[in-house]
Amino acid sequence: MKNKTDTPLTEDFDTQTLQINVGPQHPATHGVFRMDLTLDGETVVRLKPVMGYLHRNHEQIAENMTYAASMPYTDRLDYFNSMSNNFGYALAVEKLAGIEVPERADYIRVILAELTRIVNHISVIGFLLNDLGAFFTPLTYAFREREKILDLFEEIAGSRMMCNYFRFGGVKRDLPPGLLERIRTMMDVFPRFLDEFEALLTDNDILCLRCQNVGVLGRELALNAGLSGPMLRASGLGYDIRKVDRYSIYGRFDFKVPVGSKGDVYDRYYVRVLEMRESLKILDQALRQIPSSGDIISRKAAPFLKAPRNFKPPVGEAYGRVESPKGELGFYVVSDGSPQPWRYHVRAPSLINLTVLEDLCIGHKLADAMVILGSIDIVLGEVDH
Amino acid sequence: METLFIQIKTLLVNAAALVLPPWGVTLSSMIISALAILGLGPLIMMYLTLMERKVLARMQNRIGPNRAGPWGLLQPLADGIKMLTKEDIRPSAADPLLYFLAPILIAVPALMVFAVIPFGKGMTAADLNVGVLYFVALSSTTTLVIFMASWGSRNKYSVLGGMRSVSQMISYEVTLVISVVPILMAAGSLSTQTIVESQSGRWYAATPWGLLSCMIFFICGLAECNRSPFDLPEAESEIVAGYHTEYSGMRFALFYMAEFMNVFSICALTVTLFLGGWQGPLLPSWLWFLIKTYLLIFIVFWFRGTLPRLRADHLMGLAWKFLLPLAVMNIPAAAMSHFLSEPFSTAVPLAILMVSVAVLSFFNKGYAAEKRVYHFTD
Repeated sequence: MKNKTDTPLTEDFDTQTLQINVGPQHPATHGVFRMDLTLDGETVVRLKPVMGYLHRNHEQIAENMTYAASMPYTDRLDYFNSMSNNFGYALAVEKLAGIEVPERADYIRVILAELTRIVNHISVIGFLLNDLGAFFTPLTYAFREREKILDLFEEIAGSRMMCNYFRFGGVKRDLPPGLLERIRTMMDVFPRFLDEFEALLTDNDILCLRCQNVGVLGRELALNAGLSGPMLRASGLGYDIRKVDRYSIYGRFDFKVPVGSKGDVYDRYYVRVLEMRESLKILDQALRQIPSSGDIISRKAAPFLKAPRNFKPPVGEAYGRVESPKGELGFYVVSDGSPQPWRYHVRAPSLINLTVLEDLCIGHKLADAMVILGSIDIVLGEVDH
Repeated sequence: METLFIQIKTLLVNAAALVLPPWGVTLSSMIISALAILGLGPLIMMYLTLMERKVLARMQNRIGPNRAGPWGLLQPLADGIKMLTKEDIRPSAADPLLYFLAPILIAVPALMVFAVIPFGKGMTAADLNVGVLYFVALSSTTTLVIFMASWGSRNKYSVLGGMRSVSQMISYEVTLVISVVPILMAAGSLSTQTIVESQSGRWYAATPWGLLSCMIFFICGLAECNRSPFDLPEAESEIVAGYHTEYSGMRFALFYMAEFMNVFSICALTVTLFLGGWQGPLLPSWLWFLIKTYLLIFIVFWFRGTLPRLRADHLMGLAWKFLLPLAVMNIPAAAMSHFLSEPFSTAVPLAILMVSVAVLSFFNKGYAAEKRVYHFTD
């Protein structure tokens, strides 16, 4: 359907634009994000995102602590995917200090990162449907599945959301006995849930009507704005850091990267569904290949667990990046040989993906603006780090 | 059982006759009916809120209210007390008169339409010979009141909600009224009691034109009482609470009450007009009426629990480009069935309607979902 939203203001009829604030306390905004909207009737003519309500000085704090002490802080960046955040930071520091990761630890990391991706995508779809006005039903079912994975996280790391499980050179502790079987059980059930979820949603007429051709993100704009993750892939660019860098042990797995064609909200929704299915494939392979025993932290890094102030990476800089569920999550660390990083920078995918919000929303209805915001998938902890 | 409520009323009127003059007896009969309606409205509303929460909860894999009383049966009372004891807040910029009047004016018509609903055989509080017209006229006043509320509270979200509400309700009201016309033609009366009696042989919903009318009426009714998927005027994820954003406490409760009573009366009228009203075997008539109505209300809650919301332009498109032409085409179809004999009286209307649906679907195919193909790269 064509968008007939750009109705011009008629000369003889005196109309005014309406400026409204959406957020920071608004049922639709995700977290404490504020949109300063100017509406012509219901059509968005100007949108100014206002960020910073959750600014916590993340980078400065990290520069005043030991390397290891920042690990729990990275959990709080994108609090939906603490495992991915840990992963990115661990990779950056390992690169800086030249630490190798034992094989079993690598497998554990990949398994947890992919579980995190499922947690994130299923919740995002639930929230997106909530923004569409499906009164919490998809969300509660999505959260039921999320809870199952969070239960696994609790067993592994002792915490459901703020896992703080990765360490430089490995992970904090070995998997509890029987956990791989429980992950396997979860994986047997999950595709059936996903099929059911899709059967109810993917072809739903209202959902298609609301999502298709809404918030179209062109390939050019996506590239120029530096987007990454499902946002970029929905616009037709198959760029996935797991494939580009083949970091950790991603090179060993057989999986594909789903790519959308239009770059609208519907593509962003469906690319995420397909990514969950690919994550299941990776999980399946990883569960079969994982060595049954072995070190979970490298010998070189193990002593620093007890004495983090002794961990002094050589002078230099390193950039470690992972494909977090939201996009390219990068950590840039510069060492001056002291126990504290001289510079610590986070490339937060939520923040960078959010920059195109105004371009996507202009000309659409107010209702679409909420859906577009939902499809960008932001977590304010990361946007305002 | 059949005449339980009528007997109670007769008993009360006879008791009144012992002490009152004849005009007093007539008056007391009216007052008894009015009091019954006044008591019934809030009672229905209170337990509809509980029912909605329970139904939604079960659909959402939750339990729902279960703390106050067994199965949460006292929850509506607890909510009522909470609403009454809340601080009454009035925004300083609000228009005092409009802000004060809107909640009252919205609850009154919602109660008044109960007067023409036939709850059972001979159980209509006021069997007006213009019953359906009375219903339509009263429910259309809601539009004005909602706009009063939105304008009076001087809130931008409210104004947006009010504008949405006005455009939506005016569009759907036209279709709603036209969709009733075939029934009026078939029954030959506007009185709700007569319409129900004329369905003793066959429900109107059992004929092709009646079924279509019924669906159009029900959909438009949902839009009229701002229920999902047409709940744009109070879309939580977009404009907070729409026209009643600034209302709290008992004033908000009145809006809430009006909404639920409207849901009940729309479902009750659908049952009356299309689903045979209180007609049914074995059980008492009022029980049949309640069973049918609550089944429809369940469907309303079901929509709420499952469907995403439409967008304003889609909503208008649905009303003007699809439902309205279909409702208009339904009138000749119903006329055909009235004047032709079997088997043509079913076949011809069916043919007319199928052709209209096909033609309208063709012109509306821009709204159809696209099929997408996704590629995978390595």
